[in-house]
Amino acid sequence: MMQTALYLTIAMVTLATVLNVYSLVKGPDSPDRVLALDTLYINAIALIILLGIALKTRMYLESALLIAVMGFVGTVAMAKYLKRGSVIE
Amino acid sequence: MLDRLRFPQPWLSLTLFVTWQFLSDGISGGSLVLGLILAWGIPQMTRSFWPDPPAFIKAWRAPAFVLRVLWDIVVASVEVAKLILSPGQPRPAFICYPLELEHPLAISILASTISLTPGTVSADVSDDNKLLLIHALDAENDQEVIDAIRNRYEKPLLEMFQ
Amino acid sequence: MTPFTEYAISALLIVGGVFTLIGAIGLARLPDFYTRLHGPTKATTVGVGAIVISSVLYFSTLGQDIGIEEILITAFLFMTAPVSANFLAKAAMHLQVKTAKNTRGQSWDQ
Repeated sequence: MMQTALYLTIAMVTLATVLNVYSLVKGPDSPDRVLALDTLYINAIALIILLGIALKTRMYLESALLIAVMGFVGTVAMAKYLKRGSVIE
Repeated sequence: MLDRLRFPQPWLSLTLFVTWQFLSDGISGGSLVLGLILAWGIPQMTRSFWPDPPAFIKAWRAPAFVLRVLWDIVVASVEVAKLILSPGQPRPAFICYPLELEHPLAISILASTISLTPGTVSADVSDDNKLLLIHALDAENDQEVIDAIRNRYEKPLLEMFQ
Repeated sequence: MTPFTEYAISALLIVGGVFTLIGAIGLARLPDFYTRLHGPTKATTVGVGAIVISSVLYFSTLGQDIGIEEILITAFLFMTAPVSANFLAKAAMHLQVKTAKNTRGQSWDQ
């Protein structure tokens, strides 16, 4: 039963990722695209954790943590660039 | 020189140290030393970004507040999910929220709480820290939103930060 | 693994997947930038939170050590979601992104 739930969840998160790519392409403004990228990396974290459960290993969690940290820095940097025109003043 | 060897924010240093022990692969001499260096260095580097510590915090009130916020996050997600899945268009609004809190740390905690809870995202704080701009996803009445935030989140924070 | 933990893990996984999907639908479907901001900050964060909790439960039933990385990921996501939402809202106000027609009130730009 857990296998079924796991595969169903992987399918849903993958669909969510595809939808995010659609919003990334659709835009229409640059903040929308940054927001889509932000959601995309959070979904990537979810997929990595699901992969870890499917393969019964905890090795991939480190990379999920790294994506969480780097993704946040990336979002903030892009938002700051949109607002100020430069990242480091 | 010796003046530099202090820990200006003991709680931040402790959090960094403990987090580093969790992140490293088992506690060893190296992780302890590197944890100490990080616990000393990061508060030094980020010192100019931190506001002055508030005069008085009633920290024992924090767990009840955190539990309430966590519960509200779950409720909020269900409500947002309903709005997203319902066919009609939402009624968004920008609302100016007059702040009673004064300390910058308290204001940022309130703003984060607002962003994570039912139907509202905090967008901006005015330069004099008196007004908070909130975007509500589906609001019939500005005053209702303001009252809900005041009673649920700002009052407990006011009691914590005096 | 007892049946109860298996049910709990499965339920958490499904809830997480549903919320993540709803967040993505909201991002694709809502009318303007500010309303789109609500989907990812709430639904997606809770969805990933539920998936992470199910992972903690699963690995603790396998008899491995308690998932501190998972808890760190969740705490980090919950701390950063409002901050990035706030930064993006500020950027959007600066760029004067179009709002939906029925929005009440005005955005600022300082």
